[in-house]
Amino acid sequence: MPLTTASRAADAPPAPTPPAPASFDASARYRLDPQVALRPEPFGALAYHYGSRRLTFLRSELLAEVVRQLGEHESVEVALAATVPEPDRPAYRRALASLADSRFIVAF
Amino acid sequence: MPSEPATATRPGLTEQLKGGLDAPICLTWEITYGCNLACIHCLSSSGRRDPRELSTDEAIAVIDELHDLQVFYVNIGGGEPTIRPDFYDLIQYSVSRGVGVKFSTNGSTINAERAARLAGMDYVDVQISIDGADAETNDAVRGTGSYAAARQAMDHLAHAGFGPFKISVVMTRHNVEQLPALEALADGYGAQLRLTRLRPSGRGAETWGQLHPTQDQQVALYRWLIDRPGVLTGDSFFHLSALGEALPGLNLCGAGRVVCLIDPVGDVYACPFVLHPEFRAGSVRDPGGFAQVWRHSELFIELRQPAAAGACASCGSYDACQGGCMAAKFFTGLPLDGPDPECVLGHGEQMLAGVAAGAAPSPGPGHSVPVTLSARRR
Ligand code: SF4
Ligand code: SF4
Repeated sequence: MPLTTASRAADAPPAPTPPAPASFDASARYRLDPQVALRPEPFGALAYHYGSRRLTFLRSELLAEVVRQLGEHESVEVALAATVPEPDRPAYRRALASLADSRFIVAF
Repeated sequence: MPSEPATATRPGLTEQLKGGLDAPICLTWEITYGCNLACIHCLSSSGRRDPRELSTDEAIAVIDELHDLQVFYVNIGGGEPTIRPDFYDLIQYSVSRGVGVKFSTNGSTINAERAARLAGMDYVDVQISIDGADAETNDAVRGTGSYAAARQAMDHLAHAGFGPFKISVVMTRHNVEQLPALEALADGYGAQLRLTRLRPSGRGAETWGQLHPTQDQQVALYRWLIDRPGVLTGDSFFHLSALGEALPGLNLCGAGRVVCLIDPVGDVYACPFVLHPEFRAGSVRDPGGFAQVWRHSELFIELRQPAAAGACASCGSYDACQGGCMAAKFFTGLPLDGPDPECVLGHGEQMLAGVAAGAAPSPGPGHSVPVTLSARRR
């Protein structure tokens, strides 16, 4: 079960296929896009991108936490090391990569 | 901080959503029952404004509350929402509070000046309704002149540089064959096509029998949608997912779980298609306002309980289709824990045959304008 689920419930336009998908670099510093709002929910959080009108379910509280604090760490790896138990990190790395693809998180 | 396993044992999203959210994702707010048209399938039987309509101050208070609940956007409709004199002020205020606006209109009030005003606003999406690719097909449902008015509004938005607005079409027996023409129309404007399902709600209760797509058309529509993941549907055709591969989106009835309606007088219903006392959860005018209704109304708590599959229990497609649309079942007189009247396996049709004439709940007179001489004047 993936940690994020993109939803079309917001009737968002289809994802514009980025010509060259921004490759996600876990050693770089990322932050939540300023146009994204997070709303806590029992399963984690809902993330909404006001620009693209896309909605994504962050399906663990810990992931919501990581995303919220991402910009305070000097890299994604550092953020993961600070919050996520080692065995879980690959799944979180994948979740963050998909959030970067859909521009919910952006490199500084 | 306890760690959550990233895999396994995590219930599916659909299961999680069935338990409800802290605030709705898809909130429709019909801000007036007044409308200059009288579409024969109008889900809210609109026509006359209701004298008890929320005042501007009350509407502002609702927006403040949606802001506090972090409702990201609201779907504004009616009636024809733009006939409220405070319409533009309300949407501007909503956007300024971080509650994005998507509004549905028949287009008749969108002139060049208003199109320019809309083009200058961030976070406002416009949906123009037409129900056919030509005036003949459209006007048979929406009234004489309504196609021309809608096209004129589209022209104004295009000239004003609004960007990709939406063209919203309710699928009927008479327009499924026009899908390629509707797609071409949208493409011509750089607009997005949005298709939604006809339900037997409001005045649609009277006309659904003649208007809803045939089984063959449902299959054709499903195939068309599977090939076009870019066409918006408001996730309204999930009952078609029983035909095979699931359509993209949330495949569940979201009523009271992720969806709800605030009507023009502030009453809160489980979804826009169930304007009936049985699905009225409360009012934004009650103490505690909307949040109280959303979180604690008996009706919504009940809708969030696991539902029995009833006659659908033995169906291999239940995971995909979930028994379909509650509103469609309710207003055709079918049990809520059984197949949708448009069940793609034909089970709904069989059951409909057993519903006695007059047994289906009446949507009531609503706010339809009685057809009298005085109403026709002008
Ligand atoms: S009752 Fe029908 S229209 Fe309303 S939320 Fe459920 S499936 Fe959608
Ligand atoms: S029997 Fe029920 S679950 Fe199966 S396809 Fe028909 S409506 Fe859907």
